[in-house]
Amino acid sequence: MTSNGQQDPVATLPLQRVRVVAPSPREAPPAVPIEEAVFDVRGVDVFYGAKRAIAGVSMQVERNVVTAIIGPSGCGKSTFLRSLNRMNDSVPGFRIEGSILYHGHDVYGSGVDRVEVRRRIGMVFQRPNPFPKSIFDNVAWAPRNLGLRAGLAERVETALRGAALWDEVKDRLKQSALGLSGGQQQRLCIARAIAVEPDVLLLDEPASALDPVATAAIEELMHSLKRRYTIVIVTHNMQQAARVADRTAFFSLDERDGQRVGALVEYDATQTIFSHPADTRTRDYVSGRFG
Amino acid sequence: MTALYDPTAPLTASGNLRRRRAVSAVASSATILAAVLAVGVLALVVFTVIQRGAGAISWQFLTAAPPQFGGPGGGIAPAIVGTATIVAVAAAMAMPVGVAVAIFLTEYAGGRLTRPIQLAVDVMNSLPSIVIGLFVFGLLVAGRHQSGFAASFALAMIMLPLIARSTQEMLRLVPGTLRDAAEALGVSRWRTIVGVILPSALGGIVTGTVLAIARAAGETAPLLIVCSIYGNKTTFDIFGQAIPNIPVSIFTLSEQADPSGFTKAWGAALVLLTFILLTNIVARTLLARSRRNMTR
Repeated sequence: MTSNGQQDPVATLPLQRVRVVAPSPREAPPAVPIEEAVFDVRGVDVFYGAKRAIAGVSMQVERNVVTAIIGPSGCGKSTFLRSLNRMNDSVPGFRIEGSILYHGHDVYGSGVDRVEVRRRIGMVFQRPNPFPKSIFDNVAWAPRNLGLRAGLAERVETALRGAALWDEVKDRLKQSALGLSGGQQQRLCIARAIAVEPDVLLLDEPASALDPVATAAIEELMHSLKRRYTIVIVTHNMQQAARVADRTAFFSLDERDGQRVGALVEYDATQTIFSHPADTRTRDYVSGRFG
Repeated sequence: MTALYDPTAPLTASGNLRRRRAVSAVASSATILAAVLAVGVLALVVFTVIQRGAGAISWQFLTAAPPQFGGPGGGIAPAIVGTATIVAVAAAMAMPVGVAVAIFLTEYAGGRLTRPIQLAVDVMNSLPSIVIGLFVFGLLVAGRHQSGFAASFALAMIMLPLIARSTQEMLRLVPGTLRDAAEALGVSRWRTIVGVILPSALGGIVTGTVLAIARAAGETAPLLIVCSIYGNKTTFDIFGQAIPNIPVSIFTLSEQADPSGFTKAWGAALVLLTFILLTNIVARTLLARSRRNMTR
């Protein structure tokens, strides 16, 4: 994958040669640096009506790696994430410039069906949002609708095991999902998302509404999930990014044409971002001086 | 700047607090009075109907047909069955359309389309029922004959905006996060609506329909025009003829010279009122429950 653009922040990154070393001692570094980019974002601007939310974002997201997006509130982290699987399409006034290539296909190209986009790029939201259905039906609903009826019970079990929830709920699959605790609900939402076997999982601050124990469970889960999925996680919690992510992108607010717009400041291996970032704004942010 | 008050003074009313208190008391008693008045009027109506109608109620009154040529004795069974039939057919017509309109307004229509359609629904809601009666008369009765179906059609027109409105309110209560969740799973919009959104709002939709039924069951004006010349037999032949119904029965009975007709009119009114009050209470209980389920 070649980089493009003169002011492209990614262009300066030796994407293929970085050997990603996980910051946590519990975790072994990936055996082989992955060469395939799942997303190739090129010069993306996002507008809501006349307001520009993010400007000039270019970055590549690598396959089977956890990529974290950090930054202060309002810097466009979530906007960027939701642009990856076209969840912003339903926002009135939403407009995007530049291109987001997913395995080489333009996500916003003509003839692209956004339902198909989301089928491959799943998403978990900030607040747990289980359907008011039974635990089983929460996980089984999407596969059923996508025609994956064969072996549905096994599929549900696999998904719940994958989300490290099976042992807690196996005896009450028929009970309402609304009776679960917040952390369990969020893991159920992850199970629901992986039940349709997406290619990518987008997580939008998945632990911000949870207590520390539940947060730890979710973080633990991410380490096991990345073997099968490419994960992009937005978080305002820097420690969380340091714990779970292989690569980290730092977004911040930039002054452009008198407007404050979200922009990508720095994107590198997580360790680099947290130990010797190239940009002073990144250094200030990760050392807690602002944001 | 001098202090506005002495913070060390005793905590009794000071300054203009006494006056503000008085204004507040007047305002709250005025609203309480208004509330009592509203409840009082309803209580008075219910009390009068029960007082005058209870005497007419008997097993025979509820199960027998009225005498063929008027006079004492007999009951209003054909009218009870007829009203139930007319209203059931009306609900069967109005509910799917009303729910579909609400789905269109909340789930599909963009900002530009919502407003005119919303306005149309609201205007339809405020159409005088006599106008609806005339319209249906011109459409289905003029040149043909009165029919139960024409009555159902008129009542469906009255119910449609009510159902659409209440369904819309319930669909709006369905959290947007559920729509996001369903969309993020790669499930199509329609499946999302059928599989997630409608089931969450089902309680409210049923309630809205029941309330609309209660409202339509007592509508008299359109029925007088399109479904008022009928015999004294119980019938389900809604397309062939006008079928007996309670509102028109109340009207004709109260017009009779025979004083026993008057008592029967009160009796029929009591039957209708009981039906409406009961459906209202049931519907509101259901609504409260489904709201609770949704926000839990």
